[in-house]
Amino acid sequence: MFSDFHPTASWKVLRLRSDLLHRTRDFFRTRGFLEIETPLLSHDVVVDRHLDPLRVTLPDDPRHPEVGRTMWLQTSPEFAMKRLMAAGGEAIFQITRAFRAAEQGRLHNPEFTIVEWYRQSDSYADGMTLLSDLAESLLGLPRARRVTYKEAFQTHAGIDPHRGTVAEVLAALESLQVEVPAGLADDRDGILDLLLSQIVGPRLGVDQPTILCEYPPTQAALSQVRASEPPVAERFELYVRGIELANGYHELLDPQVLRARNRANNQLRAADGKPTLPDESRLLAAMEHGLPPCTGCALGFDRVVMLAAGVSTIAEAMAFPIDRA
Amino acid sequence: MATYNTSDFRKGIKVQIDGTPYLMVECNFVKPGKGNALYKCRMRNLLLGTMLDRTYKGGDSLESADVEDINAQFLYRQGDTFFFMDQESYEQYELSKEKVDEAWKYLKEGMVCSMTLFNNNPIAVEPPFHVVLKVEYAEPTVRGNTATGLSKLVKLETGAEISVPSFIEQNQTIKVDTRTGEYVERVKE
Repeated sequence: MFSDFHPTASWKVLRLRSDLLHRTRDFFRTRGFLEIETPLLSHDVVVDRHLDPLRVTLPDDPRHPEVGRTMWLQTSPEFAMKRLMAAGGEAIFQITRAFRAAEQGRLHNPEFTIVEWYRQSDSYADGMTLLSDLAESLLGLPRARRVTYKEAFQTHAGIDPHRGTVAEVLAALESLQVEVPAGLADDRDGILDLLLSQIVGPRLGVDQPTILCEYPPTQAALSQVRASEPPVAERFELYVRGIELANGYHELLDPQVLRARNRANNQLRAADGKPTLPDESRLLAAMEHGLPPCTGCALGFDRVVMLAAGVSTIAEAMAFPIDRA
Repeated sequence: MATYNTSDFRKGIKVQIDGTPYLMVECNFVKPGKGNALYKCRMRNLLLGTMLDRTYKGGDSLESADVEDINAQFLYRQGDTFFFMDQESYEQYELSKEKVDEAWKYLKEGMVCSMTLFNNNPIAVEPPFHVVLKVEYAEPTVRGNTATGLSKLVKLETGAEISVPSFIEQNQTIKVDTRTGEYVERVKE
């Protein structure tokens, strides 16, 4: 009946995957991190314009499975892990599954494995150092180089991403022969993303892993914005051979700022014709109580396995991708 | 008209852009962790055979193209017009020489081909991968030249010229691979 019951990863890669799981645990445990577990199914979910969670109805009566409480499969364990940090967590990590709707391709599967960690009192720089150490230990590569978002865009696209006008970004896209999809031309962050995914990103981490840092404040997500001139978001991403592997934040602590970002994201989601997501959450309550200064980061584990194994799709790094799940 | 949303985009779907049918031959999903989802698509114009590269963002959609492949028998040629008949409905279709393209070289009366219809109009025809045709004219084989490696041009019953090994003679029948246009073997009648 099903001729595609076979795994898409070889046993050789599955053994490497197991080895990398052990090495990840060892890395954090030797540094005093506590391994924790948080729910995959939650009342709360990250509110992001471009992250689409899977909604699950928990039926009150199994005969009417469509009626009941709305829960969300987590797009990352971020909210629950920060609640643990607010409740006294010092250094925590977990290896878990995350779900993102409509993400499927060479480097995407709607269900994937994420490694996420938080450590109290870590500065922005400390967070990047820890990520670099982890990448070094898992992939056996040299230390990561830090490049600011501005430097990367100036080098590879010839524009200043903070001060450049929309017209300048569009001109750069045109001279680099990148097609701008209809309806994206008036979305400043959208066209910066386009440059990042088509031109800048693929050129990062080619000789040596690269940590991209100091993002535009409009792309802060859940990071703090530093009041420099121009202001920059204390967010960072690791690139290895042009592939984005991890995303971290010097964490935003102010619940009022998060509320405002949630509202803004929901307005953009509504404008995009997408369902809005819950504005309020237990994370906000935890932040009202007080989230200690900390830095956190999430790593796409399947992509790490893919790079370590030298295969070119994440399907070859996992036993059963979505089409065979 | 049915539509395909970006989440339905994949290799093999047939879509319509500005009234022209395209076959999606490649679709790559690209997305920065926190950024816009993009679908980089490569599509073949089913009327011209040219390639089109387009990038779409998540949530975009394309109209599906009403494209269908049928088995059609080649009936006859009249000037620059080729006549076919649908094997199931017996409906007749005519196709210009331009649209028949390279296929004319292999079309023999009675041959069943694969014909592509767009909005019920034929837009392309493909002969079977292998066809057996008679050599209508060949220069006589020069004695002593039957050794390996030598080839010559002959004219087939369809009027097409093709390169064959030098031992092939007039009135013999040969098998031709229509995908490459190359001689495969001699066929004994």
